[in-house]
Amino acid sequence: MDKHELRILLLTGILLGTFLFAVLYAANKKNIDVPACIPYSGAFKEPHIRPLDKNTYEVFCVAKMWAFEPSEITIPAGSEVDFYLTSTDVVHGFHIAKKDVNMMAVYGGINKTTVKFNEPGVYKIICHEYCGAGHQNMMAEVIVNRKPINTNQ
Amino acid sequence: MQISKSFKRTIIIELIVPVILLVLGIYHGLMQVIYRAGLLHKSSTAHLDYYQGLTLHGVINAIVLTTFFGVAFGHATMAFYLKREPNKSTVAISMWLMIIGTILAAIAMLSGNASVLYTFYPPLKAHPFFYLGAALLVVGSWVAFWGWIKMYRTWRKENAEAKIPLAVLGTIINFTIWSICTLAVAYEILVLLLPWSLGWTKTVNVTLARTLFWFFGHALVYFWLLPAYIMYYTILPKVAGGKLFSENAGRLAFFLFLILSVPVGVHHQFSEPGISPSTKLFHSILTFGVAIPSFITAFTISASLEYAGRKRNAKGLFGWMKKLPYWDKKNFLFGYLICGLILFIFGGFTGIVNSSYALNNVVHNTSWMPGHFHMTVAGPVFLAILGMSLYLITKLGGKKMRFQSYAVMVPYLWMIGILLFSTGLMWGGLMGEPRRTNLGMSYLNPDSPLFRPDWVPSTLLALLGGIIMTAAALLYFISFFATLFAKKTTNEMLELPVAEPLHQESHVSILHKFTPWLLVMVIVIILAYIPALLDIKKYVGPSAPPYLPTNPLPVKK
Repeated sequence: MDKHELRILLLTGILLGTFLFAVLYAANKKNIDVPACIPYSGAFKEPHIRPLDKNTYEVFCVAKMWAFEPSEITIPAGSEVDFYLTSTDVVHGFHIAKKDVNMMAVYGGINKTTVKFNEPGVYKIICHEYCGAGHQNMMAEVIVNRKPINTNQ
Repeated sequence: MQISKSFKRTIIIELIVPVILLVLGIYHGLMQVIYRAGLLHKSSTAHLDYYQGLTLHGVINAIVLTTFFGVAFGHATMAFYLKREPNKSTVAISMWLMIIGTILAAIAMLSGNASVLYTFYPPLKAHPFFYLGAALLVVGSWVAFWGWIKMYRTWRKENAEAKIPLAVLGTIINFTIWSICTLAVAYEILVLLLPWSLGWTKTVNVTLARTLFWFFGHALVYFWLLPAYIMYYTILPKVAGGKLFSENAGRLAFFLFLILSVPVGVHHQFSEPGISPSTKLFHSILTFGVAIPSFITAFTISASLEYAGRKRNAKGLFGWMKKLPYWDKKNFLFGYLICGLILFIFGGFTGIVNSSYALNNVVHNTSWMPGHFHMTVAGPVFLAILGMSLYLITKLGGKKMRFQSYAVMVPYLWMIGILLFSTGLMWGGLMGEPRRTNLGMSYLNPDSPLFRPDWVPSTLLALLGGIIMTAAALLYFISFFATLFAKKTTNEMLELPVAEPLHQESHVSILHKFTPWLLVMVIVIILAYIPALLDIKKYVGPSAPPYLPTNPLPVKK
């Protein structure tokens, strides 16, 4: 093998090794991971928003042709939300661009991710998988309000 | 070399059919950027719906064109290098299966009964013709391969000591990958979807079907790419005026593709339920592995081109880049291949982004994705197909190329178009712009409550790129069809440019044997896909009934 070829292979190895390290570091140290995999249960087909404690919410989100339920999720700033997602018909997408939340809603499958909303504002949830004639209208919103002033303190 | 009339006619037909369909494919590409930029606020134009057009665009450009060309180019390389023709009946059966399959699928799509996009994700249901057509197209390509295997065996017996020509090695490896990966999609189509679309079975396991699709779907991209790689190794150095830096590097690259093309499919499913994060991470790592043969190729081809430049007295470190025959009409293939390579630098690196596990959260299913893959499949793959189709038409038809200056311009114009188009799409994607969406109806419609003014500049940039790409395609069609219908002026020949190796390299026996590599391939596939199937068994719930894209209620049977 030519010495230049050896060098280029070594460089390739270092480059891909660096990428791999970054991926593992993000997953293990920064908790930036792909969605979690939850065993199927029919209970996830009932949409709800439930506060678990002061700063934590659980949202069961159901995607169907051509809307999300719930379609409006209102929470105070600083809340952490566990999103559980499924579809009751075709495949849909669930994307909150500013928060890098990116999941597929699949019939018979339950997806889960946790995300913290610190900044007040309106976060659009967009269906980004083709789901039929009404696909381009399928969206929902997370409305993050300013933190209520706590008068007890 | 001289070839029989029937064989020649088959190759020419297999080159022409997809180029004719491509007119429709390009039209729908243009229509999409127009809708997406918000210039149209409706669901259909000229009786063709946006998503119907998107299905046609994907199926024609990414499946029909690439499969027909893969077979035609395979016929040409196998016959040219082994100095014999494949068995007549396999050649004919293969062609007819592919044509009938294409017609069936075209009927389903054009009648509006298969607007399910080229990934045909269930539980969206298409007309049975769509599934049947896809299956026949694939089986047709298998039959051609069976003919080549027989031909290769006879050649092997007569030339026991000879090195396998690199182009033959590449073609056999490409169709081995293809045969194995299409088994999964054949199972998906014939066992899961076809009976279900006919109403014989009631439900389908959606995650299983998607996993089978991507078992096929990522290897598919290497099936697109390897003919281009064969041209990079065996043709580009020659038309650049140089020699191939290392043939053994090429052999190694092809064998690495053989073992790593299939067991990476789950990286298309990072965002979906039913498959555990550990399986996803494993596929992510394997995908990094499949980048290695592309790095090897980048080096070997650059070194070959540098040699060509230095032969023309290039000076300095990068002077050779200026001394290459970019505008040489006689060597017009050079432009097609070099522009594809340049695009592939960007296509490759954005691909590494997509396969980087959780980083996929940022870009999955946004318009970043088509931004990426238009720099691969509509970059090196598409340009190699266009260039080689034109080249083979002139040689096999005994024609002189017409509108030569148009044909020489096409790849450069196309490259500029793609770079603008993909930049627009990827920029939009990072802002959350979804792919596969008729944006003109909602997000890019100022009268809609969903209007997103922040996506106006990105979709306009993609529109500009799309218009330039369409212009390049028009110039190509003019040159291609004018050449096709031109009078015969020279002898009809099967001829390919042949790049000689720069060095006499040692004979590395492992690079001339298929069996050990095939074994490793099977083992890696099993290691990668058993966990995925176990995950599906563990996590996935009930199966789904069929749905039509137009109705939120399931189809009743």
